[in-house]
Amino acid sequence: MAKTATELDTLVRREYKEGFYTDIESDTFPPGLDEDVVRALSAKKGEPGFMTEWRLEAFRRWQQLTEPSWAHVHYPKIDFQAISYYSAPKRPEDGPQSLDEVDPKLLETYEKLGIPIEEQKMLAGVAVDAVFDSVSVATTFKKTLSDAGVIFCPISEAVHEHPELVKQYLGSVVPPTDNYYASLNSAVFSDGSFVYVPKGVRCPMELSTYFRINAMNTGQFERTLIIADEGSYVSYLEGCTAPMRDENQLHAAVVELVAMKDAQIKYSTVQNWYPGDEEGRGGIYNFVTKRGACRGENAKISWTQVETGSAITWKYPSVILEGDNSIGEFYSVALTNNMQQADTGTKMVHIGKNTSSTIVSKGISAGRGQQSYRGLVKALKSAENARNYSQCDSLLMGDKCGAHTFPYIEIKNPTATVEHEATTSRIGEDQLFYCRQRGLSEEDAVSMIVNGFCKEVFKELPMEFAVEAQKLLGISLEGAVG
Amino acid sequence: MLSIKNLHASVAGKPILKGIDLEVAAGEVHAIMGPNGSGKSTLANVLAGRDFVEVTEGTVTYQGANLLDLEPEERAREGVFLAFQYPVEIPGVSNIYLLKAAVNAIRKHRGAEELDAMGFLKLVREKLKLVEMRDEFLHRSVNEGFSGGEKKRNEILQMAMLEPTLAILDETDSGLDIDALKIVASGVNALRSPERSMIVVTHYQRLLDYIVPDRVHVLAGGKVVRSGDKDLALELEAHGYSWIEKEPAQAAAG
Ligand SMILES: Nc1ncnc2c1ncn2[C@@H]1O[C@H](COP(=O)(O)OP(=O)(O)OP(=O)(O)O)[C@@H](O)[C@H]1O
Ligand SMILES: [Mg+2]
Repeated sequence: MAKTATELDTLVRREYKEGFYTDIESDTFPPGLDEDVVRALSAKKGEPGFMTEWRLEAFRRWQQLTEPSWAHVHYPKIDFQAISYYSAPKRPEDGPQSLDEVDPKLLETYEKLGIPIEEQKMLAGVAVDAVFDSVSVATTFKKTLSDAGVIFCPISEAVHEHPELVKQYLGSVVPPTDNYYASLNSAVFSDGSFVYVPKGVRCPMELSTYFRINAMNTGQFERTLIIADEGSYVSYLEGCTAPMRDENQLHAAVVELVAMKDAQIKYSTVQNWYPGDEEGRGGIYNFVTKRGACRGENAKISWTQVETGSAITWKYPSVILEGDNSIGEFYSVALTNNMQQADTGTKMVHIGKNTSSTIVSKGISAGRGQQSYRGLVKALKSAENARNYSQCDSLLMGDKCGAHTFPYIEIKNPTATVEHEATTSRIGEDQLFYCRQRGLSEEDAVSMIVNGFCKEVFKELPMEFAVEAQKLLGISLEGAVG
Repeated sequence: MLSIKNLHASVAGKPILKGIDLEVAAGEVHAIMGPNGSGKSTLANVLAGRDFVEVTEGTVTYQGANLLDLEPEERAREGVFLAFQYPVEIPGVSNIYLLKAAVNAIRKHRGAEELDAMGFLKLVREKLKLVEMRDEFLHRSVNEGFSGGEKKRNEILQMAMLEPTLAILDETDSGLDIDALKIVASGVNALRSPERSMIVVTHYQRLLDYIVPDRVHVLAGGKVVRSGDKDLALELEAHGYSWIEKEPAQAAAG
């Protein structure tokens, strides 16, 4: 047995495949944060006054808040004054009009990641809005979308082009006062995506954004806002990787989803940021606030996430079920390897009648990874006949990792029903040996067992994404056995 | 085909196999019997390459090469198949998926083309009939919720699909009802061929009525204490193992 435990260990240990660093001159603020920095940031982006005020208000709130410490994660204290709050590729003003104008180095970066924009466009028919550091450098398929009436643009652009929508919805799901990181994000958000799907429109393609983090010590503060108006449908894919770096990088994104009556939003994430080395050096701190509101009857919001990266993940995509008969779903696969820590889960808040929610969480821990599932199911007094089903399964590889489950349930309406199932299992030597005895390599065996474990989540992902996710799990566990 | 010489092996520092000699020629079926804990499964594990069993002495030669040098998957690809005494469950992985991955891994090793979906399905349907299993089993998770007998039949299905050169069946008959026993035995017999050798571990002579062995060996205390032809199994049935223990020194490899 002893030998196999060390073998498990070696397969867990693998080099970060997406690790390289693109050298592009950045137009970067010196480190530090105060009201002047917020103003300068807003000015740099040429924002209208309402936006500057909104940021300043958030900044003032942030100063009154303290960093949360309840999550089951450990990291050195972050010095927010040591972070630079603005960084952009060289030519922000005259942004590229086509791919030919994009810095070839950048394109090369995407190439290395195996996500060449051109190919993505042709093969998948996916509109790619690439965020490189803080400024969006490529937006495609605009025409097909605008013909359908769909607005899909960088949020920095939406602030100028669609101020009324931004004013109405920004911060309406995640208010600037929501939590420490959400406040910080509201004050200094860099860029992100904005989507508006008008009444009755089925968005003609999957919307997708690849995020990358680059440039030294630049915190990334993406802000995404997606609005699906009555009877509309949109599926949004978010995937990301980062170059190898030695400094810890803070990433505090906010994603807000608004689904009106009969509308449906499907939000899928594959997250593969740099997790740090085997000793936990470097790696991204990923403190994210993701929340959706089902504002009308029969609205539906589904979060599907595959989280394999980051040194620390703190993330609870949630759904506020306001409309009667509205539906919230959360499907998650989270993998922690080496020294990675993840505290993730969801909140389902039932307000309307006959609202229902489903939670399927699959946690995989290998190496010395530590993982917690934290989920809240809440039914208010008004939530007549609310239903929730939760399933949280943990899979452990080796004997140095950990899995923890913290389910919280608050029910104020006696007609609500809540079902919770949880399992913890270990990838058995017996299972691995069985597969190898049938001719499979150890890595194929691990990846088969792990993918089997995650099946219920993967089937919720769009096809190409599911394939990518399976590959990613395989890569992330390379060296975890063998 | 297989030549085991003076094999000693320990588990967790404790000697289990204490000098096993066994020669299995191509086309032969050898039965191994012996009391609980005598080391039968341990021997099967050594042949399959389970790493918690440590070989401390002796050699195992398979098709002219040192078997002990190979990783478990290499052995499998070279045609060594173990039908497990306790087949494991793998939730979420469908039976058909594992079968296909296994068949193709082995085909690839042999330089054959991977089977496409159609070709594979045709083959698997054929073999399902052999062990009288329904299609439905293909789409269930590997062994999950299978009855004891169904698990054993599933092992034989895998064996039939993988067409091994050396098949080791570890108590495949245990827990089978009489009909299932016949099905498993006919599945095994269908695979008997001049190029294929089998080692059948069993406690019951009954199985050997259906799978008639060329040789029978009795393993006790980590050694082969008696070898003979199929009649040895009948004698054992009549007299029990104590009969052998009372009459030592007759052990002969073969
Ligand atoms: N993984 C293990 N850890 C500790 N001891 C083991 C292990 N595997 C086998 N043993 C011991 O080795 C001895 C031989 O076991 P083995 O399984 O080979 O017996 P067997 O002949 O197959 O018995 P049975 O007829 O009951 O299947 C037993 O005493 C058993 O307890
Ligand atoms: Mg046994």
